[in-house]
Amino acid sequence: MAFKSSGINPTKFDVSQLKFYLFLVPFAIFMALPIIFIFNHAFKPLDELYAFPPRFFVINPTLENFQNLSQLAEQSGIPLSRYVFNSLFVTVIVVFLSLALSTLAGYALSKKQFRGKKMLLEINNTALMFVPIAVMIPRFLTVTTIGIEDTYFAHILPLVAMPVGLFLIKQFIDQIPDSLIEAAVIDGATDFKIYWKVILPLIKPAIATAAILAFQLVWNDMETSNLYTTSENMRTLAFFMNTLAAQTNVVVGQGMAAVASMIMFIPNLILFVILQSKVMNTMAHSGLK
Amino acid sequence: MRGNKKSPYLFLAPYITLFTLFIVVPVAMAIFLSFTNFNTIETPNFVGFMNYINLLTQDEIFMQYVLPNTILFAVIVGPGGYMLSFLLAWVLAQLPKLPRTVFALIFYSPSMTAGIAMAVVWRVIFSGNQSGYANHILMTLGVINEPIIWLQDTRYILPIMIVVALWSSMGVGFLAMMSGVLNVDQTLYEAGAIDGIKNRFQELIYITIPSMKPQMLFGAVMAIVGTFNAGAIGVQLTGANPTPSYAGQLMVNHIEDYGFIRFEMGYAAALSVVLLLIIYLFATISKKLFSEA
Repeated sequence: MAFKSSGINPTKFDVSQLKFYLFLVPFAIFMALPIIFIFNHAFKPLDELYAFPPRFFVINPTLENFQNLSQLAEQSGIPLSRYVFNSLFVTVIVVFLSLALSTLAGYALSKKQFRGKKMLLEINNTALMFVPIAVMIPRFLTVTTIGIEDTYFAHILPLVAMPVGLFLIKQFIDQIPDSLIEAAVIDGATDFKIYWKVILPLIKPAIATAAILAFQLVWNDMETSNLYTTSENMRTLAFFMNTLAAQTNVVVGQGMAAVASMIMFIPNLILFVILQSKVMNTMAHSGLK
Repeated sequence: MRGNKKSPYLFLAPYITLFTLFIVVPVAMAIFLSFTNFNTIETPNFVGFMNYINLLTQDEIFMQYVLPNTILFAVIVGPGGYMLSFLLAWVLAQLPKLPRTVFALIFYSPSMTAGIAMAVVWRVIFSGNQSGYANHILMTLGVINEPIIWLQDTRYILPIMIVVALWSSMGVGFLAMMSGVLNVDQTLYEAGAIDGIKNRFQELIYITIPSMKPQMLFGAVMAIVGTFNAGAIGVQLTGANPTPSYAGQLMVNHIEDYGFIRFEMGYAAALSVVLLLIIYLFATISKKLFSEA
């Protein structure tokens, strides 16, 4: 009797999955603690933040921390909506451009034969290994030399080329059988058509994963605001939230820091849930049958 | 694909332009700076291999604390985090969509929460007075009688950093490997069963892993890069750079210390080049493991 695998990505619960839950749940509780903590901490009144013995869950939830944060935000003279707009605008554009550029380049690097291909890959993968802080000052010099500081370009352009994203996408394109592309060529498809109609649909899981990563890198990025902008109204939400939490005293600050990190965290969470449902690629192998 | 000689370059051009401008040029500049003496204000003056020689012969802190810390940290967190990521990715792929998404979100969330959250959460848990969770639990259980100042005690800093790093190691490599497992051709499993695969473990070794080598390699490289480039953890936990008595000092902290506290940018650049070489070496080894056969 051959082994019958209950399979990857089952559609419903099966008793055989029980052992996995037994294994996963303790891990999940430990890993989720800090998130639960952030959500609870944000709603704690001052006396609970410093209660002894410390409590994990909030008992008398309050919006005090939110009020403190919004009061402080009002004092800064620039409406919060401006930071929100900056962040959303920059993030959407970078994620979109970065995915477009990485998939285009990934296709060429994976499926095309041309001179310098190996070297290009090697340079890309070496670049992602270089520790980011060492490039901070040289990058700053580049941005000022080009003359884009204090514009939206300074937020967008330095982040669009993401070596990690390209590496990830290229790895997934490697898995697409060459025969599929050859078949498309025989059918008379142009290069761009192959990219659009064959490659992109087949690497949806990679695109979803790269999008999660790109969003999170840009959304949380403080470097561009910190170094490449000088006027307050060009800064992003991540930068603003961070300075707010840092500039106040420690006692009240802890509650506000919790609120700030909760606000920054929620968009990541929503996007993750939406995109993670796209990682199952139902077409991957059907094209070959 | 005849007559398409130019097209690969067309596909690559937009990426390469921005990549060169904002990544290659700055990295090249940083490498150049490693051969200079640069205090970030005056123009750098060329000193040849001086920084590298100093690093190898005179930097006692580097040899005594930073390098051993980094290696210990990397040896545990790198392979540990990688195996944990793969194991969890594989297990999650055996579950239906809804629980899988929920668990994936939970496991990935530490990588999502930026610096602020990490500092807030872990510093409260390991707070040095009685109100810290770790102290409170241990004291209630009677394991210790008086609070341990976790984050300033040189014996505990590195172990705590390792725990926190493992906790947050389910990053993009984990996501890539999970979709790798999910997208293995199902017919291969059917064929495997006919060929005499007896259990899930054999299935894993003979079918799953070989079918998802690109993702395995991606995960491995990301684990190596992530571990060696980790640095924020120690500083955020202890609230100081250098960390107390250099107990939690990693390469990246050392670079920050020289580059942005002492403003010896040339030396900091030399340190980052050395770090790059270390990472490159390990990444090459893992490439050998995953791209052959």
